[in-house]
Amino acid sequence: MIKTESLKFSYDGRKYFDFPDINLDTGENLLIIGNSGIGKTTLLHLLAGILKPKSGSINVSGIEISKFSDTELDKFRGDNIGIVFQRPHFIYSLTINENLKLAQYLSPSKTSGDAEKILESLNINDKYQQKPNQLSEGEKQRVSIALALINSPNLILADEPTSSLDDFNCDNVIKLLKKQAKDHKAQLIVITHDARLKKHFKNNLNL
Amino acid sequence: MNIFKLSIKNLFYRPLSSLLSLLLLALGVSMISLLVLINSVVQDQMNNNLKGIDMVVGAKGSPLQLILSSVYHVDSPTGNISLKEARSIEKNPMVGNSVPLLYGDNYEGFRIVGTNEKFIELYNLSIENGSFWDDEFEVVVGKKIATKLNLKVGDTFVTSHGLRQTGESHADTPFTVVGITNFSNSVADQLILTSAESVWGVHGDHTHDDEEHDHDEEHDHDEEHDHDDDKEITAMLIKFNSPMNVIQFPRYINENTNLQSAVPSYEISRLFKLFGFGIETINLLAYLIIVVSGISIFITLFNSMKERKYDMALIRTLGGSRLQLSSMLVYEAIVLTISGFILGIILSRLGLVFISSLMESSFNYSLNSYGILNNEFWLLAISILIGLMACLIPSIQVYKMDISKTLSNE
Repeated sequence: MIKTESLKFSYDGRKYFDFPDINLDTGENLLIIGNSGIGKTTLLHLLAGILKPKSGSINVSGIEISKFSDTELDKFRGDNIGIVFQRPHFIYSLTINENLKLAQYLSPSKTSGDAEKILESLNINDKYQQKPNQLSEGEKQRVSIALALINSPNLILADEPTSSLDDFNCDNVIKLLKKQAKDHKAQLIVITHDARLKKHFKNNLNL
Repeated sequence: MNIFKLSIKNLFYRPLSSLLSLLLLALGVSMISLLVLINSVVQDQMNNNLKGIDMVVGAKGSPLQLILSSVYHVDSPTGNISLKEARSIEKNPMVGNSVPLLYGDNYEGFRIVGTNEKFIELYNLSIENGSFWDDEFEVVVGKKIATKLNLKVGDTFVTSHGLRQTGESHADTPFTVVGITNFSNSVADQLILTSAESVWGVHGDHTHDDEEHDHDEEHDHDEEHDHDDDKEITAMLIKFNSPMNVIQFPRYINENTNLQSAVPSYEISRLFKLFGFGIETINLLAYLIIVVSGISIFITLFNSMKERKYDMALIRTLGGSRLQLSSMLVYEAIVLTISGFILGIILSRLGLVFISSLMESSFNYSLNSYGILNNEFWLLAISILIGLMACLIPSIQVYKMDISKTLSNE
């Protein structure tokens, strides 16, 4: 269950972003669609606890996070949120296995998923001992999905996961994300300007 | 996997810049530590060997040479003095204790010193095996020589003339080892000791014998007396009855006799003063290198922050705290400085082994002190401080990092 109410944010105190309320029941996914510069990434960061709202409330799985301190937000994020970035990020000095182990270490209170199983379900279990540099772009994206899933989050946030993909791969990635979210009993929120994704989601929110 | 392991992996991920910082620090640390080591070992040895010697009397020449040859046994002697003159100084009421030294030969490069039992008292020598000499051509060897040349009590050897191994050998007068001394951490460890009579016996006696016969027949001199008149020693170590004598007596000798006197403590402090400037310069240079290594660590971390900003944003989104991220950089700097320090200490010990073997082959002197000195704990503290200073700005910046901004700039 994800719920936001009269959410407001400002970077400089003059220009305010006013976000429409989100009300998502458990098990439901959401597509947030909007053009560049309208505050899509800002909304994603608010939901992930990376930014704090100026006013309004954010409730993720029953936890009200809008008044959390920085440390509480770090812990909340590690335990409850998985983020899939537009361009995948890794700790480049670590192997894929070590990246996943580090993610588990950073969220110690969470019983995390089985790294091997997750890699297997993403079809990249043979890349276990490789460094991120050695992977192809497609493999990198799948590993970044694995990183988002490893701590069994309640909410998976995907930021423009398909914008640089052709139609075929776009379909594949979004299906993969939805399947993984379902398998891990997590809710999926995709934030994008990519109109191709509309057909994959029942719930759409236009910014 | 934890933050510390991550730091180590990060260091290995940029091996060249890590290596540069490491080597710079190790170089600085090893230079300082080697200087400190050599300084302390040399001063220790020099002071240990000075105990009980207020003045040295020998032939005219350089006073420093006289001290180096007769107290430290490294330089060639200035020449010989007559036993008669030496005896007259010995009788002076200001003189408390005197030890005669007589050079002439060496065995395998180790000096054979003719002296008497006062030498044994002066250096506080004790016998580990066998006994002190009581007859001519009997020698007592230092522990270190015995080990090195594999000499045992009862062994005999033939000496060569002069202080170099290449001298002509005295095959007709072999020496017998009658005792091996305990380790005394003084010059005595690298000397072969015997009675003055033995050295006189090896040299000149054969030619003297004929002359003595002539003397005896023509002048009917007392044989003993005649002997003493001709005999020479190389130098005499003197301890005064009162420390005040050191002011007048050496001058008296230099002005009124053919002999030369030298005060070891004065000559050695003059020597250290000569070295001092060079040592100071190298020391300063070494500290400079340590500071440069700190700057190198700073630059490495600072540059890597830009390269790794997404890595670090990822760590934060995965639940890592600001403190964990900062501590990652602190660990990296500290691991670099501590391992640089350890490498430096190892290098300095290797350097000491090298210098020691160099000194041993040219002077039969060795430096042996491989323990950690107090100054080196200071050096460790300085290294860690440099590391902390190097990572201060980067870790504060990482602490303050705005991950939202970093992530939206992709």
